[in-house]
Amino acid sequence: MSTVDPKVTSGLGWARLSELVSAVQSRQTSAVEVTQAYLDRIAADDARLGCFLRVAHHADDGPAVSALAQAASVDAAIAAGQGDSLPLAGVPVGLKDVLCTRGLATTAGSQILAGWVPPYDATVVSRLRSAGAIVVGKLNMDEFAMGSSNENSAFFPCRNPWDVTRVPGGSSGGAAAAVAADLVPLAMGSDTGGSIRQPAALCGVVGLKPTYGRVSRYGVVAFASSLDQIGPLARSVEDVARALQVIGGHDPHDATSVSSPQPDYLSACADRPGPAGSSLRGLRIGLPREYFVAGNPDAAGASGLDPQVAAAVQQALDELRRHGAELVDVSLPHTEYAIAAYYFIATAEASSNLARYDGVRYGLRKSVSKGEAQAAGRSALFDMYCRTRAAYFGPEVKRRILLGTYVLRSGYYDAYYRRASQVRTLIRRDFDQAFSRCDLICTPTSPVLAFRSGERSDPLAMYLADIYTISCNLAGLPGLSLPCGFATPLDGNMPLPIGLQLLGPTLSEALLLRVGAAYQRMTDWHTRRCPLAMGKAAQ
Amino acid sequence: MSDFEAVIGLECHVQLDTQSKLFTGAATTFFAEPNEHIDPHTLGLPGSLPVPNRRAVELALRMGLACGCTIRSHSQFARKHYFYPDLPKGYQISQYDAPLCEGGSVEFWHDGAPRSVHLLRIHLEEDAGKNVHVAGGMVSLLDYNRAGVPLIEVVSQPDLRSAAEAAEYLRAIRRLVRYLGISDGNMEEGSLRCDANVSIRPRGSERLGTKVEIKNINSFRYVEKAIEYEIARQTDVVVRGGSVRAETRGWDAERGQSRSQRSKEEAHDYRYFPDPDLPPLHVDAAWRDAVHARLPELPMARLRRYSDGLGLPAQDALLLISERELSDYFDAALLTCGIRPAMSTLPPEQRVLAKLAANWLLSELLGALHRDGKDLGQSPISAAALGELVSLISDGTISGKQGKDVFARLYAGEKSSPAALVDALGMRQISDPAIIEEACRRVLMAPANQKQVEQYQKNPKLLGFFVGKVLAETGGRAKPDAVSALLQRLLAERGSQSP
Amino acid sequence: MARSIENSAAQLAIAPDEVRTTAELARLYLSPDEVERTASELSRILEYAATLKRVDVTGVEPTVHAVPQDSPLRDDVVGPHDDLATALRGAPLSQDRYFVVPAIFETGDEG
Repeated sequence: MSTVDPKVTSGLGWARLSELVSAVQSRQTSAVEVTQAYLDRIAADDARLGCFLRVAHHADDGPAVSALAQAASVDAAIAAGQGDSLPLAGVPVGLKDVLCTRGLATTAGSQILAGWVPPYDATVVSRLRSAGAIVVGKLNMDEFAMGSSNENSAFFPCRNPWDVTRVPGGSSGGAAAAVAADLVPLAMGSDTGGSIRQPAALCGVVGLKPTYGRVSRYGVVAFASSLDQIGPLARSVEDVARALQVIGGHDPHDATSVSSPQPDYLSACADRPGPAGSSLRGLRIGLPREYFVAGNPDAAGASGLDPQVAAAVQQALDELRRHGAELVDVSLPHTEYAIAAYYFIATAEASSNLARYDGVRYGLRKSVSKGEAQAAGRSALFDMYCRTRAAYFGPEVKRRILLGTYVLRSGYYDAYYRRASQVRTLIRRDFDQAFSRCDLICTPTSPVLAFRSGERSDPLAMYLADIYTISCNLAGLPGLSLPCGFATPLDGNMPLPIGLQLLGPTLSEALLLRVGAAYQRMTDWHTRRCPLAMGKAAQ
Repeated sequence: MSDFEAVIGLECHVQLDTQSKLFTGAATTFFAEPNEHIDPHTLGLPGSLPVPNRRAVELALRMGLACGCTIRSHSQFARKHYFYPDLPKGYQISQYDAPLCEGGSVEFWHDGAPRSVHLLRIHLEEDAGKNVHVAGGMVSLLDYNRAGVPLIEVVSQPDLRSAAEAAEYLRAIRRLVRYLGISDGNMEEGSLRCDANVSIRPRGSERLGTKVEIKNINSFRYVEKAIEYEIARQTDVVVRGGSVRAETRGWDAERGQSRSQRSKEEAHDYRYFPDPDLPPLHVDAAWRDAVHARLPELPMARLRRYSDGLGLPAQDALLLISERELSDYFDAALLTCGIRPAMSTLPPEQRVLAKLAANWLLSELLGALHRDGKDLGQSPISAAALGELVSLISDGTISGKQGKDVFARLYAGEKSSPAALVDALGMRQISDPAIIEEACRRVLMAPANQKQVEQYQKNPKLLGFFVGKVLAETGGRAKPDAVSALLQRLLAERGSQSP
Repeated sequence: MARSIENSAAQLAIAPDEVRTTAELARLYLSPDEVERTASELSRILEYAATLKRVDVTGVEPTVHAVPQDSPLRDDVVGPHDDLATALRGAPLSQDRYFVVPAIFETGDEG
């Protein structure tokens, strides 16, 4: 990318990260200039969107905190000739607020951690910093990643840049919306049951949930430890590949980290035209028949699969087939049990992971006088625990803690948690069998388009909409969501993005990225800009 | 004797001797400023993760193998949930339905007979922090230095029947962990802690009574007291027609009483489940066998070797094995005497030698050290030196009396070897019969002794008089029994010559 | 088998008392309204999840870790420590070198 687009000097409107990185590495622009340009964008637009819980402004708190100070040190490293070892040189990155950042407050979207400043960086964060990325701030999310609309943020909701009356999805809503609105070219989200892929779909960006263990969880505020994975969100598959290369790989601080080395994800994305120009020739794409039952509330959420979503996904499948892919019918017979199994496992783990928020060592505490506690027949200590957790956890978090506590109780463990873990085994086996017949599986990411804020309040209905994304976490598999079309909802007049999901076997990220990148060469959905980002780029 | 029988099981927590904590790199040393040994995992910070310490697993394996437990090839860490300020994560990482070690037993000697207590399991877990109670205060202070320190929990079957036996079992656990080098077993510093489950039942009954758990038994002195107190308390309740309540009681050493801590009926449920942060802990056969091969000789094996092989009296053998250091010292001393620590029955003369060595170690050396308030590690006399001294006495080079003299000099810090010292002091006993005979003849011929020579025929007790004279003549270096035998022969010859 | 399924299904809805016990275990105060609401929400979720009972899981090992591997082991080496002053700054209440809580030995707590 040697030619410099006029846009480059403004630090905005990059076609892809590789252009930005090489411009910074070759000192056509500086990390400071790029960072300042994005900070300006955030300052101008984020008040309307609510993507950022915190922007890394404060130079006084040291280079770990100030984005511009980080950028200056990247520029210094480049001036010292170390630019080639910085694959994300000068790339501003937004971090979902589950990632611990040394010196920069980290709250997981919860009051209970308001103001908590971690003394350490998550492995993902230190790897991003080492690669020359600039941490510009912490992104909004559903409290403790529990939710799929970002309405459960304890601080303020985040809005969808395609239509600010609608939700961006969740729980990595801030991450998806910030990338869609071009407030950052790259963001990190976390995905426990679809929390990267679903908001990526609803905001029209690319989101990757890697294989469980591919990316370190060290320094990630835990929701459900056996399901959580960190992954990148960006506008192109290639950008996501570049980021995964940096954040992935074995970490001795995480006992569940996978030790096998990473392949070269960027070269997997490279254009390698196959014979007769059909680069996907020989690729078998599995279509799980259980996932395409439109309108079946049990299988596809209370509202079922939106016909517009189904149509866009069908169109994408046709495109892939035109380029040589073979579509294969597969079956995932335990699909209908996935949501129930997921909610028992995820809430059980969450009830355990959130037990540490007790108002003793960090975070907020709420207590009353000893006399008041005794009047209620409780010790001041017991009272402090109960008040602190009741006051500073939000309703959805409390609901899940209670469900999780309940299913682990001694009389219920076998019927709920253990049985769910057995069903999890069957779901894994379903995928094993399906992948003996196909190379990857293709589904919609979300059965529905972005819905209006406040429109959905029934927790069970919200849970059911996770149908396409949840099984992949239970089985530990990688999943990629990428834009595959737009549709105007019946209750609106703005076109909203639709996401296509690719699921692959364990550690098949390179294949998912290869097919995703090929799809993005066939289509231009990912280049569409939301009105908000367009308006800014034109300025 | 009471009509009731006590049924007792012990849960012993042993702190493992590691540099760093069970799941993180924070230090474990006992002496530290409050909250000095903290890091993200120790404080349960959001995002922190556990990675198990290989040495902790290996030390737990040593204990399991020493107790003859079955070692699980894949064990699993589980989370045990309860809220308490000293528990940073709201759960303790422990092991539940797939512990590292199961079954096995601990052997010891009690009331003159061998005992074997069956184990349920031995598992790994992390310790909690420490609460500092401010007397009469409104607050408690938290110190997390100990949080996350590796422990094994050794859970016995309810095989114990008396407080004294339980105390002996606990001593056996302490001895074992010290032999194995996995812990110092120091109860005062909390490296060894014990909870007791006590119930009573009518003698002869097979049914178990209601179990009461006694916590906080943190000294050997209190184990017996606390359990005796509990047996008496339960017996009293039953005799008065009441029934024992299932509860947890804390031992209050100052008052010599236990107090109810909480009722088991209150809402409490540990909600164990497998820790998703920790994949199964794999111990393959190669690792297990290597640890097994490196196990030291265990206390009960030594006891058998000492009593059956060396023929030592039980009380000597028990005393010798009480500390590994003492037993190692004894074995080293024996080696200098030419006795190898093999488990075969020794010939009689070597048994005498072994007994002699035991006496010198247990009475002379330990006596002297005890008098000076020192322990064996501070002994001025090495095991080799003591063995050499015992050999010199045993083979007649010096007498026992001279031995004490040499011992005193060595103990006082004399640097020479016992043999060199014996030479330097001219103590070497005369074993040449010709020299001894000459000395005897000189004494019998001496004019001053003629009266006694004549009286000897009527009064053979005068032999002692001549022996004394000969010993004086030889500067105490002639062997008294040889002298006495020779004198008897010479005096008898005289008697037959003179009418 | 069939009978036990029926029995379990009949017990599924959570009674308010169960919610209160669970909330106590989880150290959460719930208002009477919250208890009622939680009981009905959790009951609905559990009723939905009762579909799990239909799955034959005989002989199926539970999955705890989706990507099966053995735990790595760490060398017994002392690592970096956190700065206490920083840690105490983030604590709700501290004194000298300690974190501070309301006095522990009273009624109603586990030990």
